Amino acid sequence: MSAAPPRKGENWELRQQLNSEYRDKRADAIKRVIANHTIGKDCSGLFPDVVKNMQTDDLEQKKLVYLYLMNYAKTQPELVILAVNTFVKDTADSNPLVRALAIRTMSVLRAEKILDYLASPLSRCLKDENPYVRKTAALCVAKVFDLKPELCVEYGFIETLRDLIGDGNPMVVANAVAALGDIHEASLALPPSNPSSPNGESPPPSSRPSSQLFIIDQPTLTKLLVALNECSEWGRIAILNTLARYKAQDVAESEHICERVMPQFQHINAAVVLGAVKVIMIHMRNVQREDLLRSLSRKMAPPLVTLISSAPEVQWVALRNINLLLQKRPDILANEMRVFFCKYNDPPYVKVEKLEIMVRLASERNVDTLLGELKEYASEVDVEFVRKAVLAIGQAAIKIETAAERCVGVLMDLIETRVSYVVQEAVIVMKDIFRKYPHSYEGIIPALCANLDELDEPEAKASLIWIIGEYAEKIDNADELLTVFLEAFKEESYPVQLQTLTAIVKLFLKKPDQSQAIVQRVLQAATKDCDSPDVRDRAYIYWRLLSSDPAAAKSVVLSVRPPISLPQTTVVPAILEELLGEISSLASVYHKPAATFIGKGRLGAEEMQRRAVDQTRPEEEVSREKALQTVVAGQQAENLLDFDDEPSAPTEAGAISSQAIASAAKSSNPLDELMDLFSSASMAAPTTQPVQSTGMSGSMADLMSPMNGSGTRSGVVSPTVAAPPPQQQLNGAEDDLLGLF
Amino acid sequence: MASLVAILDVKGKSLITRSYRDDVPPSYIERFLPLVLDMEEENVQVTPCFSDEGINYMHIRHNNLYLLAMSKRNSNAAEIIFFLHRLCSVLTEYFKELEEESIRDNFVIIYELLDEMMDFGYPQTTESKILQEYITQESHKLEVQARPPMAVTNAVSWRSEGIRYRKNEVFLDVVESVNLLVNAAGNVIRSEILGAVKMKCYLSGMPELRLGLNDKVMFESTGRAARGKSIEMEDVKFHQCVRLSRFENDRTISFIPPDGEFELMSYRLSTPVKPLVWVEASVESHRGSRVEYMVKIRGQFKRKSTANNVEIYVPVPDDADSPKFRTSVGSVVYAPEKSAFVWKIKQLGGGRDYLMRAHFGLPSVRNEELDKRAPISVKFEIPYFTVSGIQVRYLKIVEKSGYQALPWVRYITQNGDDYVLRTITDAKSSSIIAPL
Repeated sequence: MSAAPPRKGENWELRQQLNSEYRDKRADAIKRVIANHTIGKDCSGLFPDVVKNMQTDDLEQKKLVYLYLMNYAKTQPELVILAVNTFVKDTADSNPLVRALAIRTMSVLRAEKILDYLASPLSRCLKDENPYVRKTAALCVAKVFDLKPELCVEYGFIETLRDLIGDGNPMVVANAVAALGDIHEASLALPPSNPSSPNGESPPPSSRPSSQLFIIDQPTLTKLLVALNECSEWGRIAILNTLARYKAQDVAESEHICERVMPQFQHINAAVVLGAVKVIMIHMRNVQREDLLRSLSRKMAPPLVTLISSAPEVQWVALRNINLLLQKRPDILANEMRVFFCKYNDPPYVKVEKLEIMVRLASERNVDTLLGELKEYASEVDVEFVRKAVLAIGQAAIKIETAAERCVGVLMDLIETRVSYVVQEAVIVMKDIFRKYPHSYEGIIPALCANLDELDEPEAKASLIWIIGEYAEKIDNADELLTVFLEAFKEESYPVQLQTLTAIVKLFLKKPDQSQAIVQRVLQAATKDCDSPDVRDRAYIYWRLLSSDPAAAKSVVLSVRPPISLPQTTVVPAILEELLGEISSLASVYHKPAATFIGKGRLGAEEMQRRAVDQTRPEEEVSREKALQTVVAGQQAENLLDFDDEPSAPTEAGAISSQAIASAAKSSNPLDELMDLFSSASMAAPTTQPVQSTGMSGSMADLMSPMNGSGTRSGVVSPTVAAPPPQQQLNGAEDDLLGLF
Repeated sequence: MASLVAILDVKGKSLITRSYRDDVPPSYIERFLPLVLDMEEENVQVTPCFSDEGINYMHIRHNNLYLLAMSKRNSNAAEIIFFLHRLCSVLTEYFKELEEESIRDNFVIIYELLDEMMDFGYPQTTESKILQEYITQESHKLEVQARPPMAVTNAVSWRSEGIRYRKNEVFLDVVESVNLLVNAAGNVIRSEILGAVKMKCYLSGMPELRLGLNDKVMFESTGRAARGKSIEMEDVKFHQCVRLSRFENDRTISFIPPDGEFELMSYRLSTPVKPLVWVEASVESHRGSRVEYMVKIRGQFKRKSTANNVEIYVPVPDDADSPKFRTSVGSVVYAPEKSAFVWKIKQLGGGRDYLMRAHFGLPSVRNEELDKRAPISVKFEIPYFTVSGIQVRYLKIVEKSGYQALPWVRYITQNGDDYVLRTITDAKSSSIIAPL
């Protein structure tokens, strides 16, 4: 078909060989066909000739022909029927390897016609005397379910699978569990009204097909726990995944599960260890016995630490999960900070995660070691890493009050190195330290200002300007310093302009006599020459405030802001709980709920709709969903302040959010920004992060609108405006809003 | 769960691809490398797993290859990444070297392996010893068709039945690797011992083995007063043959071993370790002309022990040239590809110390970039010695035929992959370095 004339020559030659009377030649030709396929050539034209070679005693050749069929059955659906006879025959071969191979291949050929012939061989293979065939057939049920769920129901394959959980062979059990888990997950994606999925027991219309397909009851649980100790490593993972879904009947059962799963911590396979951690984190919620809780936490630490000696990619997955675990249980690795010290040749993605975890584990006891280490990192050559190390020093200062002074000392040492990016990052970090501990380290301000000329990054500039404005009364030449920035006002980026504007207004409010002229100039510049509405609007607000009621201006611009703090979690609690239930999965690695990154939004939307329909969901799910909705709302740059007013009618909210999620997931990089909003961005600079500026300018405008409105209408600013709006306590995004003043 | 597994060359082109599910079309493989490059360009960290347009890409690197798995679901990332590593080691065992050429030459067998190691995206048999029993380069030459070895589905999936040896022997190697980080002030800031018990089993039938160590926890739980030293292993990992629940109950290590070579267990201790091989270096750097090093090494272990094959890697600036070395012991070579020189000492006695001096020329044009401050790293092996003091107390071998088997035990301590000292001090002011 698509074969161009020159390639036709080769295909023609291959065809001759495939039909040769000599076995060797045919075997050779098949290899060449597969070789061509491997390098991406289209070999679909040879279909009938390859299929002719299916009947052979040569196992390798058979495998290759099967491989060919798997890849090309879709392109030649009408010809696949040629292969059916051999397939059916092979599923009854005397060699179990052939039987398994045949059933395995047959069930993935995506051709309607084959499926009709598959049912009876599959039923036979599910009951085969050889466990190798049974374990292969078990997975075939999941394959068939993927193609045609009603077939599985019709032939009772799913019941057979459930019976296989009791099989004497652990490999068979493992694959049966894996298949059921897969079917369960697939059925979640089916539309709820799918008439085929309920298995004839006339279930109530509201229930999902999924709950019918794989119920884990107590007898199943017992079987699973027994098989867990005998399975291969991959089987254990499947079983652990299933145990994570099991809802324990009572406390005793939860405890029992924890105790039985704990030995898996000793397994060499990192995924088994993380799977065990997942199960225990889930069932631990019900455990009340103090001693057991303690022993679980204690036993969890060593295996987690050992994961840090694995291959870098495995390490990374482990580190991402550890980062989550620590948000819930900061105590488990309290004594193990040293393990997370970066190695010189760790890949960058590992180093960054380790840094984050080190800060999480920082405490009064280990902060000196940590600082020594961070200082060492700050002298490395990887710019990104160095910056993160400097940032980490600031985070340690904010987290541990008693160590703040030492942190500042280290930062000053770093500023003395005069390495441009180190200095800039240190300035940014210093600004956060000032926000946390106002008036504590004023002595270092001259040293910071000495580096004024070296700053060329907007964020660093904005930070220094903020510091100057904040401490304008203490800095004798504040007006000179700010004039420097004012000179270049037009060329500066918007965040720097905003900060310059605010800082000069602060200066004016603090030292009115010296700075009359400069404030005039900045207001002029910002309202006349600036093309950013944010800068312009803010300048107008200041202007009105200053001209109408300087006292009100003072209480707004110089109001005391709540101190920032280092958030203990990077995701909202409801989502954290969900992610902890998914330890070792992609969701827990990305730190994003699965609904936000899979299925291009379609699945997400359906999921939300279904949840909305389901009236009987537990409290937790509601709050999780709400959180998710807010995440989505945030991404769409909708008003974050509405968060609390959100109507709690779940159906309505669910319907809105399903669309929202759908559209959110469509955008290429959905959650990064969202999560940023939730990381209660207190460490971020006041105005500079581009990500936040959209959300913030929105909420900013909202905050301002009442002032603006009343100002224009009555000409007098009502005194109530001066009081900090109540919403400001809401979350970190508002912290930053405050930072504007 | 993975929908597709592929091995890509350094340009992101697929060398071999196996689709396990239909939901991710193979054409998406071509998007992988451009995505990685985009991220690098935008200064976004490239991580082993990332998601784009609803497709999840999970990958590891090996030499110049990418091993990539893709899925559309919320897959088990740990499982898939670990599987890719396992795939890597199986292929390495089959072809010695896993690289472009060996993949191209062996595509048939790799397809067979991929078929056997994963089904519908779920990992199956990944033990290369078992796979080798029924997937071999010569399979088609056999008269009899291969059959699935019992081991594939046995409860004992790692050992086949009917193994026979004339002489039944077991070799136990206890290998301890020391990881150590020493800061510029000469203080140990991190140390750990990673131990492994490796076995070579040449035993007939289905033997039951029990290994006894001087494990503190077991001594305490059995109330036995420890004769001599006992050690506290912080985290123990076992080969899948060891019965984990039994270990959890009474710390007994009991197992039916695989045939041949394998790693029975690994353990970790984070007790503080004194640096066994101590190295410090002073540097006198004259930018634009030359740089001089003086390196001191000391064996800080018992006099009767010896460290073999000691190698000390001292980093030097990338643009250093014309090396000159002087030392009283061993040999020194310049390794420009690593930006370091290597001092090799065949045997270093306990309590002994040695000096070496190095001199390099530097180009007169100054290098604008900052010097990378890589630490000194050290390699060594000390036989007949374990830092932790671990001891094999017994290895009991019981087989129903009742044969006698001899266990042999060897101990060795070596450097881990992270034995580094940041002990390079600038000696600009004090002229402790005498001219060559």
